[in-house]
Amino acid sequence: MRHEKKPRRPSSQTLPKALTGIQGLDEITGGGLPSGRPTLVSGGAGSGKTMFGLEFLVRGATQCGETGVFISFEETIQDLTRNAASLGFDLDRLVAEKKLFLDHVHISRSEIAETGEYDLDGLFIRIADAVKRVGARRVVLDTIEALFGELPNPGILRAEIRRLFGWLKDQGLTTVITAERDRPDKLTRHGIEEFVSDCVIILDHRIREEISTRRLRVVKYRGSTHGTNEYPFLIDEHGISVLPISSLGLDHTAPAERVSTGIDRLDGMMGGKGFYRGSSILMSGTSGTGKTSVAAHFVDAACRRGERCLYFAFEESPKQIIRNMRSIGIDLEPWVHKGLLHFHAARPTYGGIEEVLLVTHKEISSFKPSIVVVDPITNLLMVSTLNEVRSMLTRLVDFLKTQEITAIFASLTAAGGDLEASEADVSSLMDTWLLLKAIEVGGERNRALYVLKSRGMEHSNQIREFVLTNDGLRMLDVYLGPEGVLTGSARVSQEGREKAAGTFRSQQLQGRGRELDRKRQIFEARMTMLRAEFEVEEEIIQQSIAESKLLDAELLQDRGQMVRSREADASAYKKVGSAPAARKR
Amino acid sequence: MATTRTKKRARPRKPKPRTAKAWKLRLYVAGQTPKSIRALANLNVLCEKHLKGRYQLEVIDLLEHPEMARGNQIVAIPTLEIKLPQQVQKIIGDLSNTDRVLVGLALQPID
Repeated sequence: MRHEKKPRRPSSQTLPKALTGIQGLDEITGGGLPSGRPTLVSGGAGSGKTMFGLEFLVRGATQCGETGVFISFEETIQDLTRNAASLGFDLDRLVAEKKLFLDHVHISRSEIAETGEYDLDGLFIRIADAVKRVGARRVVLDTIEALFGELPNPGILRAEIRRLFGWLKDQGLTTVITAERDRPDKLTRHGIEEFVSDCVIILDHRIREEISTRRLRVVKYRGSTHGTNEYPFLIDEHGISVLPISSLGLDHTAPAERVSTGIDRLDGMMGGKGFYRGSSILMSGTSGTGKTSVAAHFVDAACRRGERCLYFAFEESPKQIIRNMRSIGIDLEPWVHKGLLHFHAARPTYGGIEEVLLVTHKEISSFKPSIVVVDPITNLLMVSTLNEVRSMLTRLVDFLKTQEITAIFASLTAAGGDLEASEADVSSLMDTWLLLKAIEVGGERNRALYVLKSRGMEHSNQIREFVLTNDGLRMLDVYLGPEGVLTGSARVSQEGREKAAGTFRSQQLQGRGRELDRKRQIFEARMTMLRAEFEVEEEIIQQSIAESKLLDAELLQDRGQMVRSREADASAYKKVGSAPAARKR
Repeated sequence: MATTRTKKRARPRKPKPRTAKAWKLRLYVAGQTPKSIRALANLNVLCEKHLKGRYQLEVIDLLEHPEMARGNQIVAIPTLEIKLPQQVQKIIGDLSNTDRVLVGLALQPID
């Protein structure tokens, strides 16, 4: 018609796309809806078609700088504005700012009579005028098939609708056409999908086991790859959020930074440093094994470091958790007041599993925590099948990893079940697995903890007993006895026995020492006596030696006198001395 | 499409006396399309035959007054709008089915 084709925005992609701004949808479609072309959004009653259209326009106007026109064939503008307000969209303001134009096409069959050939130029003109008024790049027709109910001669109508779509395309308007889907084998009630060949999205609202889930599927997207799965989505006070299952690749970063668990000895069990930041930790155990307490320690430590924590409590109310944790000396309340800790408590049965996932996503996106606790994931099984829970956790874990959020998932193991087997389906997603165990021995249950796995770090293979004291969780060594691990009273009695044995040994040792002392004293006494005897004997012997020497000298003197008196050859004695004389004898 | 001037015909300033029944007719067209021309021709014939002197006819080209399409909830072209005391009756199409138009004008009962 009179409007010139507007230049399409340049894009690096082969097919220009218009971002919807709807959370998650742009990921599935790889950048939004086909720009300048019509997209069919089909779904049953109450599946969220109108909200889809509204959000497409509102996000376009507020985030993408593209104004839009909403042509409503069913709801009045007043109703639309009110409904949009429930999603947090202020349509009145956007209309006043000329970013949005709303038009309600109202035809009442009772007022209409057909008297020959007609066309929809009136509608064309209305749309063209609206587009011109705000310089729109986006148009939503909600739900054009309503015309079939109001206007006679479907043959003409079909031809005219076809012409309308062609015209919208010629105008280069990115259009969302909603359609009612009342039968599963047909996309639309009146088969208008054959006129929209570019992109078809189906919205679905399904009830299973009394829990409703909204789902979205891109059936067709000509000229573009797209996610083909059914994606759950949610409509809440912030609009629509679609959660892509597999749009997240396994390309998240792996920080080497470690975060303390808040329990020194547990850190010690993992190379002395604790968990990796951004890792996912599964903490499984039967009821009453202290999962929440361990998690509370972690949260407390994180808050002390000034990190933000988000706690999803699916079993207890925040007040209850705070009260209970006070009993082990952890006060979480100040952190809540400081805004470092946020509890999100809700029974998962309130919504479907997708709703839980979406709510989780939204909370994480808005609170931006560095630590997330999900306590417990087991409750999710109440609302869904194992397969779905697993797929949900996969998505959640992937999401958390891309955000580098450290997450603890508490998992309640059914009493009597095999601890490891029951969790095998989710454990492969987890980087670290702490197993909390109740050890029954000697008529009592005691808590024990071990690190079953911890990817990428050395970790202790020891089972540690821990006790919950007024002053927090305290980890102890466990005794390995002939019957296995000793805990609790058995450990205490073992400690007693060991202490007694130790005392006995030390007494024995002291006794030996004293005996040795005594023996040494005896020995020394004997030594002294022997020495005294020896000294006496030595004196006697020395004396006798001296006496005999004296005797010898006297003898020699006597002999000399005798030679002189006999006048013998005295010279011989003078020269040689006494020795030859002795020899001579 | 060619621009067309709005045609305003037989539009006296003062309404007719209450005793005589008057019809306010308004024909919405979008340019000089064959359908519009046909509709106007059909309407003129019909009015002259059945409502001579008792009607006001206004022809509105929506290409010139697009806002009127919105204000009067016009979707189909051509649309004949008949303002009746109780309601507004709309007749769409080229008015080739004269009987139906007359029903719409409350001039002829359905046989």
